[in-house]
Amino acid sequence: MDAKAKSIRTDEGAAVSQPLLTLSGIAKSFPGVRALRDVSLSLYPGQVTALIGENGAGKSTLVKILTGIYQPDAGDISVAGTSVSLPSAHAAFEHGITAIHQETVLFDELSVAENIFLGHAPRTRFGTIDWKTMRAQAREVLETLGAGHIDADARLKDLGIANKHLVAVGRAMSIDAQIVIMDEPTAALSAKEIEELFLLIEFLKNEGKAVLFISHKFDEIYRIADRYTVFRDGEMVGEGLIPGTSQGDLVKLMVGRSVDQIFPKHKAEIGPTVLEVSDLSHPTEFDGIGFELRRGEILGFYGLVGAGRSEVMQAVAGITRTSRGTIALDGNVISVRSTADAVERGIVYVPEERGKQGVVIGLPIFQNVSLPSLKRTSGSGFLRLANEFALAREYTERLDLRASSLSQDVGTLSGGNQQKVVIAKWLATAPRVIILDEPTKGIDIGSKAAVHGFMAELVAEGLSVIMVSSELPEILGMSDRVVVMREGRIAAVYDNNGLNAETLVRAAAGIAE
Amino acid sequence: MSTIQPTQARHIPDRLDRPLRSALLGWEALLVAVAVAIFIINSFASPYFLDVWSLSDLTFNFTEKALIALAMALLIIAGEIDLSVAAIIALASTLMGMAVQFGFSTPALVGIGICVGLACGVFNGLLVTRLGLPSIVVTISTMSLFRGIAFIILGDQAYKGYPASFAFFGQGYVWWVVSFELALFLAAAVVYYVLLHRTNFGRYVFAIGNNPVAAQFSGVRVDRIKLVLFCLTGLMSGIAAVLITSRLGSTRPSIAQGYELEVITMVVLGGVSILGGSGSIAGVVLAALIMGLVTFGLGLLNVPGIVMSIFVGLLLILVIALPLVWRRFMRKAA
Repeated sequence: MDAKAKSIRTDEGAAVSQPLLTLSGIAKSFPGVRALRDVSLSLYPGQVTALIGENGAGKSTLVKILTGIYQPDAGDISVAGTSVSLPSAHAAFEHGITAIHQETVLFDELSVAENIFLGHAPRTRFGTIDWKTMRAQAREVLETLGAGHIDADARLKDLGIANKHLVAVGRAMSIDAQIVIMDEPTAALSAKEIEELFLLIEFLKNEGKAVLFISHKFDEIYRIADRYTVFRDGEMVGEGLIPGTSQGDLVKLMVGRSVDQIFPKHKAEIGPTVLEVSDLSHPTEFDGIGFELRRGEILGFYGLVGAGRSEVMQAVAGITRTSRGTIALDGNVISVRSTADAVERGIVYVPEERGKQGVVIGLPIFQNVSLPSLKRTSGSGFLRLANEFALAREYTERLDLRASSLSQDVGTLSGGNQQKVVIAKWLATAPRVIILDEPTKGIDIGSKAAVHGFMAELVAEGLSVIMVSSELPEILGMSDRVVVMREGRIAAVYDNNGLNAETLVRAAAGIAE
Repeated sequence: MSTIQPTQARHIPDRLDRPLRSALLGWEALLVAVAVAIFIINSFASPYFLDVWSLSDLTFNFTEKALIALAMALLIIAGEIDLSVAAIIALASTLMGMAVQFGFSTPALVGIGICVGLACGVFNGLLVTRLGLPSIVVTISTMSLFRGIAFIILGDQAYKGYPASFAFFGQGYVWWVVSFELALFLAAAVVYYVLLHRTNFGRYVFAIGNNPVAAQFSGVRVDRIKLVLFCLTGLMSGIAAVLITSRLGSTRPSIAQGYELEVITMVVLGGVSILGGSGSIAGVVLAALIMGLVTFGLGLLNVPGIVMSIFVGLLLILVIALPLVWRRFMRKAA
């Protein structure tokens, strides 16, 4: 036993006391964001450890460090008591660490056997792939997993997601992986498939593998996990054994935080209903959505990833079509068939995926800001640069944009400043309703404060704001009312009077009080 | 990064660029230098080169392709491409030739050429925007389709007998040595310059080329603009068909074979990013001039056609590699 082991608590009652994988003091920063700070984690052979935390708590960053995709800035990783470094995905693989993702990262066009043995296929004397042996071994591996029904020659793309998971596990078995990371493996599975996955996890446990199970769903965690580790804001805030720990305790660990962010008090006068959405439905993403938004109000939308919040907002903004339901502005039902329609009516959507959907990288700042407003700044279709510059200057300076000139390519700005450009672009259209989807995701504290301050100003001027956010302090700090969505439906609506985080998390996860 | 200013600076200037310096280091400046160099080499290489009528003849080498290149530049900036332009010329020319057999007059022939081009462009555009097919696949298919129709109609025959007045478009001069083709190209270049660099439409083209999703999210009617762009390349191909047919005075189904590559070479040489998002009309006009100078110079030196096509191939490779090397160099200089 080396010195590292003393940092590990050996809980009474744990079947095996020596951890297979130990992380200690792991830190990782990205420009403007500290993703992980002094994080520790232990995985034990034959046990399932659940990793729990809000969106943005640092879970995916940790998975990427474990699989050799990111390099930690500091800290130590040991496998079976030996300190290792994981400079590449291949190194992680060599140390017996394998990950099964939400959407499996396998090769759709290759056969099941090829997927299982890619990179370590059995060879013939001549150094070519020994197909016969490979198929036989693949069949063997699948048999042991109770997946004999999968044809080793089938193309992976022809399998369902549950069977793809089986293949991924088969691959883990074939490389003799000791540590299996499952990153929200149940997200795309049916109830029956989830049961099959759990049998598989039981199998891995019996084989003595250490499993890291990441899920937002408490029932699954209680069904399968032996231990838990809770992350919050990039730090490890608690760990222990699942038996004897209540759901309430875990929720408290997840959300309980020192209030270190100050939100601007906004005292806007709440006026009459501006936007009324009723029975809005989509064939697959959401169903029967109804809510109203009043003048001067900030309406928060909270829920887990995949609850359908962004999809609803994109429908309201004319990006996706709906199968049913109406949208009314000032009491008049409007037809929103395209983004251009929505913008004309004064409904604008600031998307979550800033790089892909928000900014046009390659165009200068001022052209990004004026893009939806060109009809106003131009004279009968001809550009008037002076008007564009004036418009861009007015809104970017209000948002405290940091740039060297308005002709600078927006791609050279930091994430926070890009977000300010996107928000400036939409404010410049003089909207009635502005929908902000995760407006402060992945941006630095200073920019966050600027965005929050600006939201307060907007409602004071009589705009109405819908804010989709997965950050509880932001939801609680900014919203007048909070809509909680779960699995494509509205789970609850709360007035933000002494509303607490636990209530929201319970509603979002479907845990009864 | 030096681009982020300290906290107290609130006023953001419109521009920081020193216009003269950036103009001197721009791609267009490089093209001007290349054009001048080739001009000088040509004048030394052949005693016949430095003559106003030689130079006037030179323009016929690029005007027809360059007219299409103007529209193609917009299409490529928007992230799409049209490989069927030469096939559109073949089809339009064939249908004009057919109309001659029925005794149509010159204005009607011009109308037919332009309308056929436009119709082909609409067809391409609808396939790309309505069915969401990649434009490279659509236009490779329609390239075979359009020329295939021309072959079915004509076989190994040729249409002749165009009216004498029809010859003006490809052979006539509007003033002294300025041909109708050259005048039309210069006028079109001005129109396309204004369209791309001075209108909302042009701005939308750049936005779509850089990020179609963000453009759509910003209320730009992406599909409508792409459709218009395909119509424009179709239209310009129709106009080019009128000019070529008039210049040659006959139509064969193999007319304008391989023009699409020369058109795309002009566009890329002109500094338009093959990945979309950037480029200028000035660059395309200069590139057209360079292509004309090169092929005419080689022609004066009696270089056979096959060697010339090797040259065009090399030029295309050079043009695609050069901007990358150039940008890397510029980044180091900056």
